[in-house]
Amino acid sequence: MRKTLYTLLAALLLLVVPACGSDGDTSTPDPTTTTTADPGTDDADAENSDHPQAILSLSPSVTEMLWAIGAADQVMGVDQYSNHPEGTPMTDLSGYRPNVEAIAGYEPDLVILPRDNDGILDALAGLDIETLLLEAALDLDDIYEQIETLGTVTGHETAAADLVDSMRADIDAIVETVPDRDDEITYYFELSEDLTTSTSDSFIGMIAELAGLTNIADGADPAAGPYPQLTNEYILDADPDFILLNSHLDEEPMSQDVADRPGWADLTAVKDGNVVELDPDISSRWGPRTVDLLRAIVDATRDA
Amino acid sequence: MTETATLTRPGAPRATVRHPARLTAGRIAVAVTVAVGTVLLGILVGPVPLAVGDVLTVLLDQVPGIDIDHGLSDLHVGIITRVRVPRALLAFTVGMILSAAGASYQAVFRNPLADPYLLGAASGAGLGATIAIISAGGGLAGASLGIPPAAFLGATIAVAATYALGVGADRLRSTASLILAGVAISAVCSSAQTFLLQRNDESIRDVYAWLFGRMNLASWQDLRLLAPYAIVSLGVLLALASRVDVLSVGDDEATALGARPDRLRIVIVLAATLGTAAAVAVSGLIGFVGIIVPHAVRLRTGPANRRIVPLAALYGGAFLCLADLVARTALAPAEIPIGVVTALVGAPTFLLILRTGRGLTR
Repeated sequence: MRKTLYTLLAALLLLVVPACGSDGDTSTPDPTTTTTADPGTDDADAENSDHPQAILSLSPSVTEMLWAIGAADQVMGVDQYSNHPEGTPMTDLSGYRPNVEAIAGYEPDLVILPRDNDGILDALAGLDIETLLLEAALDLDDIYEQIETLGTVTGHETAAADLVDSMRADIDAIVETVPDRDDEITYYFELSEDLTTSTSDSFIGMIAELAGLTNIADGADPAAGPYPQLTNEYILDADPDFILLNSHLDEEPMSQDVADRPGWADLTAVKDGNVVELDPDISSRWGPRTVDLLRAIVDATRDA
Repeated sequence: MTETATLTRPGAPRATVRHPARLTAGRIAVAVTVAVGTVLLGILVGPVPLAVGDVLTVLLDQVPGIDIDHGLSDLHVGIITRVRVPRALLAFTVGMILSAAGASYQAVFRNPLADPYLLGAASGAGLGATIAIISAGGGLAGASLGIPPAAFLGATIAVAATYALGVGADRLRSTASLILAGVAISAVCSSAQTFLLQRNDESIRDVYAWLFGRMNLASWQDLRLLAPYAIVSLGVLLALASRVDVLSVGDDEATALGARPDRLRIVIVLAATLGTAAAVAVSGLIGFVGIIVPHAVRLRTGPANRRIVPLAALYGGAFLCLADLVARTALAPAEIPIGVVTALVGAPTFLLILRTGRGLTR
């Protein structure tokens, strides 16, 4: 088990290192390096102390954080969508519609949930099962805080602190590469095909702001909340420079579907080929890969 | 319509409801004017402020042989010709179908509450479409081709099941069993749909995006898809509207008068279901149109189905066109799902009709 884990972490390292290397910031210790190559720190006894050893993570974002701080061995199971990193012990449990009995059947010593749906926290408390609620992050500080919380809870404080440091450094380095612009560059981010989007008050809106982009949805009536459904003709009138899509990557590229929508063929973003497809597993989660999300957006829009 | 005011006064003798043909023609003319007016309003008004003159110029420019320099950008021309016009026409057509189908269901089943929802047609269509969306694996675009046939299949199966259950219960002597069967089938369809959504919660967004109405991306393509169904369904419902009046005396009496109630009922129900499924497939679930518009019309015209169906179709189209205008502009530039607008307007209106009493007496 441990050997497999190390192999996986090493594989992950191979994926992460070249990506970081392009920033010319090789001095920053990679979080995965810390936990794999140097298990002799204070984190080492995390697995034989009073830290939880049978964690259920019902949030894909939390799962990614647990793996990144080296707490994978303490996780007995993850929810049905925790597909990253490869090899997570996926179950058919749902964090969205949690089933108390199914969760209790695993006899976990800690359940980490992204939201308190259906009164799940009370229900688990009634069964004397420890829970930790880590709700959707609204900004980078939320992510850092959650990683540090997970570090404390699992006994991997050092790795968590290192991960936060390296994320901060990576994000700073990426933001450095965003050019100063005279004209504002606008974007429309599509959450779903009924033209539901998010304003700058959302997580993805905050990331796009770091990339120097202006959200066309910010003019929307505040009554519509941070995730308004925009009227088609408003998008046409706003004529964004970029269209960012939450794509289903296993399918055909969506650029053509977008161009086929009523009136959309005349949009600047469509004519200039500035329809960017984002991996929804990265854009809809918060955690270590938020760095990759920022990088993807900055890379796609840098030359505009 | 002031000339009809005396006719709606409670206690007015029933006999006065028999209008001369001239009056009916007048009513139709008023309804057509209202319908054309609302469609035009839907094209002229939107969240993006475009001058009325500019919009009309662009519309004129579209007429073959006329070439006017309007000076608008391609995007703004697109807003008029590719967004507002098809959207207003689609809303109008869907409203026509749902309203005419509702009026026909109510007449055929002699039940004032019968509408595309009560007979299971809409929920069957919803279940069919949900299955199509989920099995496409994600993305409405990927599933869009499969949705209409799946919706029609679901609606037909649901109505057939309702019919079979209702007939099996008491051989259609009363229509109450049919309505109850429809309620049961609707419940089964929506629980199956909920179950499927629970099992596939990655598709929830796509399914809800569709369920709550997808007028937002209404296109000429949707209109082309809907047109043949609309023509067949509305054609049959309008052509048979006067025959349905015979059914109001009861099945036994109608048979004695030489009508064939069961066959007539099946043809009407099939036509209304076909139209409903096609409307649902292109526009999502839009409630209350099929129930409040026919009742409102009935309040003015009396119970004669031959007058109610055409007027309900025209006013239903106008109603949905206005509802869509509200959906586009109330929270602009954000959109309100049109199904939410019709429910918000429809539920209180329905209560009002209930209170006036005459809406439910046929």
